[in-house]
Amino acid sequence: MELNTLTGHRLIDLLEENKTTPQQIIDSLKKRIYEADPKVKAYVRLSDSHFLNQTPNTKHQTPILAGIPISIKDNICTEGYNTECCSKILEGFKPPYDATVIRKLKKADATILDLKTNMDEFAFGSSTENSFFGPTHNPWDLECVPGGSSGGSAAAVAADEAIWALGSDTGGSIRQPASFCGVVGLKPTYGRVSRYGLIAFASSLDQIGPITKDVRDCAILMNIISGYDAFDSTSVNVEVPDYTKSLGMDIKGIKIAIPKEYFIEGMDPEVKSALEEAINKLKALGCECSEISLPHTEYAVPVYYIIATAEASSNLARFDGVQYGFRAQSARAGKAQSLIDMYKKTRGEGFGEEAKRRIILGTFALSHGYYDAYYLRALKVRTLIKKDFDAAFKEFDCIITPTSPTPAFKIGEKIEDPLKMYLSDIYTISVNLTGIPGISMPCGFTKKGLPVGMQILTKSFGEEMLFRVAYTYEQNTSWHLEKPKIS
Amino acid sequence: MAITKETVEYVAHLARIALKPKELEKFSGQLQDIINFIDKLKKLDISNVNPTSHILPLENVFREDTARESLPLDKALMNAPCRKGNFFVVPKVIE
Repeated sequence: MELNTLTGHRLIDLLEENKTTPQQIIDSLKKRIYEADPKVKAYVRLSDSHFLNQTPNTKHQTPILAGIPISIKDNICTEGYNTECCSKILEGFKPPYDATVIRKLKKADATILDLKTNMDEFAFGSSTENSFFGPTHNPWDLECVPGGSSGGSAAAVAADEAIWALGSDTGGSIRQPASFCGVVGLKPTYGRVSRYGLIAFASSLDQIGPITKDVRDCAILMNIISGYDAFDSTSVNVEVPDYTKSLGMDIKGIKIAIPKEYFIEGMDPEVKSALEEAINKLKALGCECSEISLPHTEYAVPVYYIIATAEASSNLARFDGVQYGFRAQSARAGKAQSLIDMYKKTRGEGFGEEAKRRIILGTFALSHGYYDAYYLRALKVRTLIKKDFDAAFKEFDCIITPTSPTPAFKIGEKIEDPLKMYLSDIYTISVNLTGIPGISMPCGFTKKGLPVGMQILTKSFGEEMLFRVAYTYEQNTSWHLEKPKIS
Repeated sequence: MAITKETVEYVAHLARIALKPKELEKFSGQLQDIINFIDKLKKLDISNVNPTSHILPLENVFREDTARESLPLDKALMNAPCRKGNFFVVPKVIE
């Protein structure tokens, strides 16, 4: 069996038994990447990376991850290696420091792959079509999107071009691509994982999380990356449990809520039936499932697109051609009329279309005369959405929903209609607005062979419940053992 | 709420982004559609609701005001598009 096709935990066992070495794992991955990535395009800047000469990290500080390589999304800072958020405006940027999650992974002996995964520029997107480097292709059907914005990470894991990966999630950017690519993706509770070194999109919504081949691998990575960080003033000082201890715990009697607003007209019938099957499976395993209402569901997308874009307009103000990245040629060496002229030209040329659209929308929502009607109103509706979830978790252990209303759509299908693209986030978005954790895992396939994902949600800092339910479901099905055949 | 080309132009100026005429045209249409969609929030009664600007009950996360090692100058300047000594070089600011 090729090493690159195995899970992280299987490789940890093999390394412990001296049946392989970290270098052999890296070599197996390299071979697979050079073979499959010309079609999948999960990675960026393949030609100019140091990846060719990559050697394992085996400093043996706390050698949990045993030198195994991990793939990182292009918006997480890796010292000395390009981190560009797949945007022209950050071309050539080499961070002068490691993100906290990178520091933690290195300390646990992970080998950080010097090859970043593709993403929608600045995480603005649900399809990875907004990348400066072009789209990633879904390994299950190369004409389809892998989802976004962590499409590269999800596709790499699905195609065995990665052992495991990190992504980031602001409105569903880990969970939705995990669902489209048939892999596991977890957005931790807001504040669980440090955002230090994650290039910010929306500071009150962003989280870094694992994208993996199975639930055990996800728990292993969560153990490493979670925890309070003094460098992130929004990280929370709550103890990190050993998430692997939740794997294999009984789920009899677990109360699951199914929100009726998430099973509606316009939802793909194959997604609906896959979820119904999954719910029946959970019932057979002893869970109690009941229908509930989350009445403010329909307001989540508009609330998100005000709050997230408002925060983005502020976070992206720093990209101005002064300290890093791209500066417009027309504004260089005495040609610019003024500093503001340089800012405008640099940002006009350096940002892609979706980035400009969101910055303008966000700036508008915060501007004088519109702040109350849009931004402040959105913050109040956010409270109403949160109250729906708080009420549900008083009675129920978790909520189950589809991750996306449809399976992966075709490349080019939604890109011309931003609103249509935004609406595809309907099931994932409330999770970021309320700060709760959510995991997506495979729960079936469509007749055309596209993966369908199930999302499990629970209350803040309740990731142990997610692992408990997810693992038992996974081990009683075999979706996670399916692999795409890349044509 | 009507989003005209003038609205977009003004907001783009606030955001320091130079838009081409084609982009201005395209964005006004798209942003109009998005704002129309967002306007459904007006249906809700929010008279007695507090805003949630931050999901965690954290307040004033401070540390001791003591100097610590910080990013060395060379590292801070290493990505500069235009550098001269210890400075980032930019077009003239003062007339």
